[in-house]
Amino acid sequence: MSTEIEELYQEVILDHSRRPRNFGDLADAAVRVHGDNPACGDEIHLGVKFDADGGLQDIKFTGHGCAISQASASLMTMKLKGKSQAEVMEMLRAFHELVTDEMSEAPKTLGDLRVMRGVRRFPQRVKCAMLAWRAVEQALEQGAGEATVSTEPA
Amino acid sequence: MHEIATAATDWDAIREDFPILREQAHGHRLIYFDNAATSQKPRAVLDALHRYYEHENANVHRGLHTLSSRATEAYEKSRQRVADYIGAASADEIVFTRGTTESINLVAQAWGGKFIRGGDVILLTEMEHHSNLVPWQLLAERTGARLRFVPVRDDGTLDLEQFPSLLTPEVKLFAFTYISNSLGTINPVAELCEKAHNVGALTLVDAAQSAGHLPINVQELGCDFLAFSGHKMCGPTGIGALYGGAEILNSMPPWHGGGEMIVSVALEKSAFKKAPHRFEAGTPNIAGAIGLAAAIDYIERIGRPAIFEHDSQLACYAAEGVSELPGTRVFGPIKERGALVGFVMDAAHPHDLTTFADQYGLALRGGHHCNQPLMRRFGLSGTTRASFYFYNTTEEIDRMIEILHAAVRFFS
Repeated sequence: MSTEIEELYQEVILDHSRRPRNFGDLADAAVRVHGDNPACGDEIHLGVKFDADGGLQDIKFTGHGCAISQASASLMTMKLKGKSQAEVMEMLRAFHELVTDEMSEAPKTLGDLRVMRGVRRFPQRVKCAMLAWRAVEQALEQGAGEATVSTEPA
Repeated sequence: MHEIATAATDWDAIREDFPILREQAHGHRLIYFDNAATSQKPRAVLDALHRYYEHENANVHRGLHTLSSRATEAYEKSRQRVADYIGAASADEIVFTRGTTESINLVAQAWGGKFIRGGDVILLTEMEHHSNLVPWQLLAERTGARLRFVPVRDDGTLDLEQFPSLLTPEVKLFAFTYISNSLGTINPVAELCEKAHNVGALTLVDAAQSAGHLPINVQELGCDFLAFSGHKMCGPTGIGALYGGAEILNSMPPWHGGGEMIVSVALEKSAFKKAPHRFEAGTPNIAGAIGLAAAIDYIERIGRPAIFEHDSQLACYAAEGVSELPGTRVFGPIKERGALVGFVMDAAHPHDLTTFADQYGLALRGGHHCNQPLMRRFGLSGTTRASFYFYNTTEEIDRMIEILHAAVRFFS
């Protein structure tokens, strides 16, 4: 077994892909984002509910895709629940660096998300890891209603 | 149908002709099963390209010097080689293009632009590659024509019972693939062409997955157009061909304007050459055409009947092996399949499987294979595909099955 593949598919990732957390429809979502990765057909439907200060009170997703995209969405929702919008944007930046930058130190604030660092050795899989994050970014930008986002700019 | 014994062919020796097969990936010997995307190139083709640039390189057609004569002769000889390879009546029926996609776009724009009107129907099938779908969507948008589709049955074959009701007099063109790039289905081309002609429709055959795999004779098939790519049949990238009957090609206006395609040019108006040069504006891919002819020479030395038999055996062997893996579904016909097997596994998504296999030096392809409507038809977002060529072996397939077993254990 290659170490690269074991680092990419850590047990935590396989566990989240098999049993994704916060998986389901968020009935009273303020904003719903439908994200897709047309290159491979992965889809995510993300629902977000904000608290009085605009922070992420609740976040859930449904969809289908590869282990990386499913685990990334699952880990992301666990991490972002209860965070302020500024914290979310900072995490998005740090996460993107984590999965793309060989030199990234993987800041401790990312917590469990750091198990995704193996993706950086697989440039073709970065979009899989980023799909859920692109959706949450769009949710913050949109604020309310429905939106779509794609990993391929139209 | 293809009954030439393959016992005489030394398939192991043939592997030696392909330098790239000695490559390693992630410390493992490369197993290249992505031939439906592009094939590898034998030394003979690499040498032909090298020889051309070292001894013949010049622009074609109007030069009066020695090198230009050599280049022109080699380029036009390549056209004749392609014509003979697919049984065309004349080299004038072969237009060099960048590949299958450009060939189909040429027909959609030049032929479609002139002959298709609002209310006309372009008949396609549900199993078409995007390259034989999107050009017709663009044409339909421009002209008000409609698209209609022959459905695909669960077993991966075309639903020919629906065919008569779809093939109405409004159908002006029936464009369809010879071999499906996802399912491996081999369509009955001659029969389909005959039926289309009975209602006055022209036919276009996408031969991208068949030109390097089985004998093709356009006159026996009875098609009006046939498109294929060089790079899927041992040739270089960026070269392919469009076959069109001489009368039809000459009834079509040019599609690209420029040098090489004109008889005379005045400031306001130009007169155009006949086919095929009418459709080859600008300096063509001379080296590519020469490389394609070298690829044809190479393939013909082995013989397409032998190649077809060998590839089909590999595909059936692989389909059987893959179908025995736990939680696996194989697509396409059981018998009579082209040189590929597409499948899905409960244990792992096609992209995870492909990444996993790559770590063992095994090149598979995972995704929609430019067949999104077909994937939707089967309720999928994608499949994993292993596609073969004559230099692949049953030992490589055995190794693939081992790797897939390991993937099931890893991801379950």
